[in-house]
Amino acid sequence: MNCEEATKLMDGYLDGELDPITSQKIEQHLRECRKCEQAYEAHTALAHAISRGAPYHKAPAELRQRVQSSLRDAVGVRASRSAARENHASLTSRWARRRPVLPEISWNWLALAAAIILGALITAVFLPRMRAPNADQFLATQLIASHVRSLMADHLTDVPSSDQHTVKPWLDAKLDFAAPVADLSNQGFPLIGGRLDYLDNRPVAALVYGRRKHFINLFVWPAASDEAKAPKTITREGYQLLHWADLDFNYWAVSDVNANDLQLFKQQFETRTPHH
Amino acid sequence: MALLLKAEDASETEEFESTPKIVKFVVVKKREGDHAQPAELTSFEEAMLPHLDAAHNLARWLLRNEQDAQDVVQEAYLRAFKSFAGFHGSNGRAWLLTIVRNTSYTLLKKNRAVDLTTTFDEEIHAAGYESVSPATILEHSENTERIREAMNELPAEFREILALRHQEGLSYKEIAEIAQIPPGTVMSRLARARAKLRECLVVRIGKEK
Repeated sequence: MNCEEATKLMDGYLDGELDPITSQKIEQHLRECRKCEQAYEAHTALAHAISRGAPYHKAPAELRQRVQSSLRDAVGVRASRSAARENHASLTSRWARRRPVLPEISWNWLALAAAIILGALITAVFLPRMRAPNADQFLATQLIASHVRSLMADHLTDVPSSDQHTVKPWLDAKLDFAAPVADLSNQGFPLIGGRLDYLDNRPVAALVYGRRKHFINLFVWPAASDEAKAPKTITREGYQLLHWADLDFNYWAVSDVNANDLQLFKQQFETRTPHH
Repeated sequence: MALLLKAEDASETEEFESTPKIVKFVVVKKREGDHAQPAELTSFEEAMLPHLDAAHNLARWLLRNEQDAQDVVQEAYLRAFKSFAGFHGSNGRAWLLTIVRNTSYTLLKKNRAVDLTTTFDEEIHAAGYESVSPATILEHSENTERIREAMNELPAEFREILALRHQEGLSYKEIAEIAQIPPGTVMSRLARARAKLRECLVVRIGKEK
């Protein structure tokens, strides 16, 4: 090893970060080269000077308090489910209010957050129920229209197949969710095919089943968490509508078959699709 | 939540719910939130609060200002808490220091662009540099204030690497992770940082003579 190499590797040697073979070579060189040995001594002295002399900035006690109370604030606000972005105030705004957050202030914030939670929940729970009948009626109109259109316009299916393993992948590829599909031929509801539809302001899967000479359109789309999950039946203009939901999906079955047949259909469908 | 709703709604009619039922629902939901969060916070604090000194020290060296350092540490802890669920490594200190460093640079870039853009002159200016003996350097390192001033003259990337190596005793591998540089670069940057610090010290020693 020459002086140039030794100089280059000296810091790594000093820090004990070189492999044993390279370390040995440097040691060998330092024994033989007075100049490099002196340089190494100077290096060691400097390293000690930094380690000993550079002040270590320990965190003051008030910083610990401040960090902890801001974490509690963040948790409190997060629990209210308001936007995460809001509670983790951006760098800029946090730097704008530089004062440490005192514990009593944080309790006030918690109280405010609790009030917001309460208000938001009452709104979330109450309002949909007040609107529910109208919303259902409106949706029912859409569903019946969609059902009738599918029969009238000779557009019953986009993918005509009695094989659920053909229909399901086709729908999965077209939609941003994976709707459950089951063939119910043995239960008296043969799968005829699948179709894309548009309901409730979103693309939905429409599964088409037969029942004797009649058709059943089963509309499926992901359930919103705040939606009522209880089964509902609506009868309008001679059509039966049956609604149910599981953790993942909303189901609306629309047909001109009688209500009992539709209930049977629901039972069979639920039995033969993965349950949530 | 959905399961809960299902149970609550099992007997639902199209009519309004009575108000007491809603209140009950609120209570259930609040309790759920209260329980879920502190557990996460507790494990976060247990893992990360022990590194508060290291976090503050790094921020303090990078920002050279106590108030900014505290703001950065607070912000970094919030950021860390937010992404704590995604942290599965074993080196919590290095992980936290990476966030502290990034947060510090965000502020440096925003407020002190000059600190980062000034191309640092690495030429040795101190006359008689070679003549200052190791013993003299050691002797003068007793003066903490002098070392602090000399270190504060260095650019940010040198201040941070010296603090990480000499104060936190981190390995090259950990430093590479925190400073986001290839491991091979750590040694050369450390060498340049030490050489420059030595120069700053020598200049100070020379002035005081």
